Amino acid sequence: MKCQYCEKPATFHITEITESTGSQVMHLCEEHAKGFLQKEEADPVASIASALAKQLDLGQTKKELEELDRKACPVCGISFFEFRNTGRLGCPFDYTHFAADLLPLMTNIHDSIQHVGKRPKKTAAADSQAVIIQLRREMEEAVEREDYERASEIRDELRRMEQAEEGMGDS
Amino acid sequence: MKRSSDFNELATRSGEWMRGTGPESDIVVSSRIRLARNLADFPFIKRCSDEDRVSIERTVRAKMEQFANWDEVHYYDLEQLPEIDRQFLVERQLVSREIAEADGARGVAVSADEHFSVMVNEEDHLRIQVMHSGLDLKTAWNQINELDDLLESAILYAFNSEFGYLTSCPTNVGTGLRVSVMLHLPALVITRQIEKVFRSMQRINVTVRGLYGEGSQYSGDFYQVSNQITLGRSETELVELVGGDVVPRIIEYERKARDYLVKEGQQDLHDDVSRALGILGTAKKISSEETMHYLSKVRLGVNLGLIDDLAVGTINKLFMQTQPAHLQKLHGRLLRSSERNVERATYLQRHLSDAFES
Ligand SMILES: [Zn+2]
Ligand SMILES: [Zn+2]
Repeated sequence: MKCQYCEKPATFHITEITESTGSQVMHLCEEHAKGFLQKEEADPVASIASALAKQLDLGQTKKELEELDRKACPVCGISFFEFRNTGRLGCPFDYTHFAADLLPLMTNIHDSIQHVGKRPKKTAAADSQAVIIQLRREMEEAVEREDYERASEIRDELRRMEQAEEGMGDS
Repeated sequence: MKRSSDFNELATRSGEWMRGTGPESDIVVSSRIRLARNLADFPFIKRCSDEDRVSIERTVRAKMEQFANWDEVHYYDLEQLPEIDRQFLVERQLVSREIAEADGARGVAVSADEHFSVMVNEEDHLRIQVMHSGLDLKTAWNQINELDDLLESAILYAFNSEFGYLTSCPTNVGTGLRVSVMLHLPALVITRQIEKVFRSMQRINVTVRGLYGEGSQYSGDFYQVSNQITLGRSETELVELVGGDVVPRIIEYERKARDYLVKEGQQDLHDDVSRALGILGTAKKISSEETMHYLSKVRLGVNLGLIDDLAVGTINKLFMQTQPAHLQKLHGRLLRSSERNVERATYLQRHLSDAFES
């Protein structure tokens, strides 16, 4: 038997039991088995896919999901489709932009939609941080199309914002 | 914090968390907690440009360099480190396989006693990890909570009041906390109760994974239990779920199975353990699966008092040092798989005979 992830022989047979996927046996080579055992969480793509499948069962139509797939974050540009396929979000602002769409997913994964527990002593408005991320992206795009004038304008703007932030942190 | 790329000293020691001490260490190998954190003003890793990654690594490293009392913390630049050294850190569980195999600017800060490590540019910008020998999640939580406070004093985290600490994957959002306990459960495997025990846990929000005997010639009998959810419960509740509720129950089942084996099958068990020790001490070449299989039996024998002259810490050290990157580091050069099997056998022979003579 070959390893599920490469051509080497599968010498390890790993059982994983989770609520969302039930009991599952994986056949892996030594290297992939060690990596798998050290990773503490279940495959996020699988758990997100299964949570979204449950949403379909719960009455969200295929058309609604297709529309959602096209929705994209204005800050980092990631589409919901891309997120769904990789299980990874693009930036912190996604939790604001896709908030309503993420709620059913959160309920499925965590059985909760509200953080309880530790909070950082200092936080910044998500919007101001999002602007920084967005400007940095715009600056890189300006450099790419060789619009150096625009790039340096953005750089100045970014500096101003970062200085303002430092000042706030000290006060 | 000092930058480092030298592993010669690390290679000869076993990690602090492998000492084989701490509460319930006959069954619990290690307790680990990790926190996922991200900088507020950068995209998550998947959407980072190369420049973003460089900026994040530089910023975080510069902040950590200024921490007081971090003189003995080593920082390894994973982008510069050769593959064998990165694999070595994976085997010691100081970094994940993902970060070891990734590209671009990334690194890890490791405390001298190897109790904590901070990965920079893993799946999240920061992955903070604390590890202790035996079942000691409270100590681990207190330590990681302090580390997190320290990092937070220097770095603005991505956080919102609804979803908590924002992470690249929504399966980690909220506390960003994952508690993992590594258990050695040979008696539940021998008595064929292991699957039944874990099936009974399926509904309580924990994930179990392990090397499993069936279909495989050799098994190591190690299982990892971790919390599945991270949002909607506080850090201490999650620590309590795994460390106060689930793991103690599994420990109790394993102890019952061990008692049963001692009472009902003492002779068979003693035979099995002695043979395992015999093979490890005399083989001329041995694969890493076989090694794990027999070391697991020997570990059980030591814990049941069937073998007198070996300590659990020694067995743990052998588990670690017979892995490929460790063997090659100790040997001082790269080895092909067949050469490793010979080197592994030589290593085991030498260390097991040391243990008997001392
Ligand atoms: Zn493989
Ligand atoms: Zn975004």
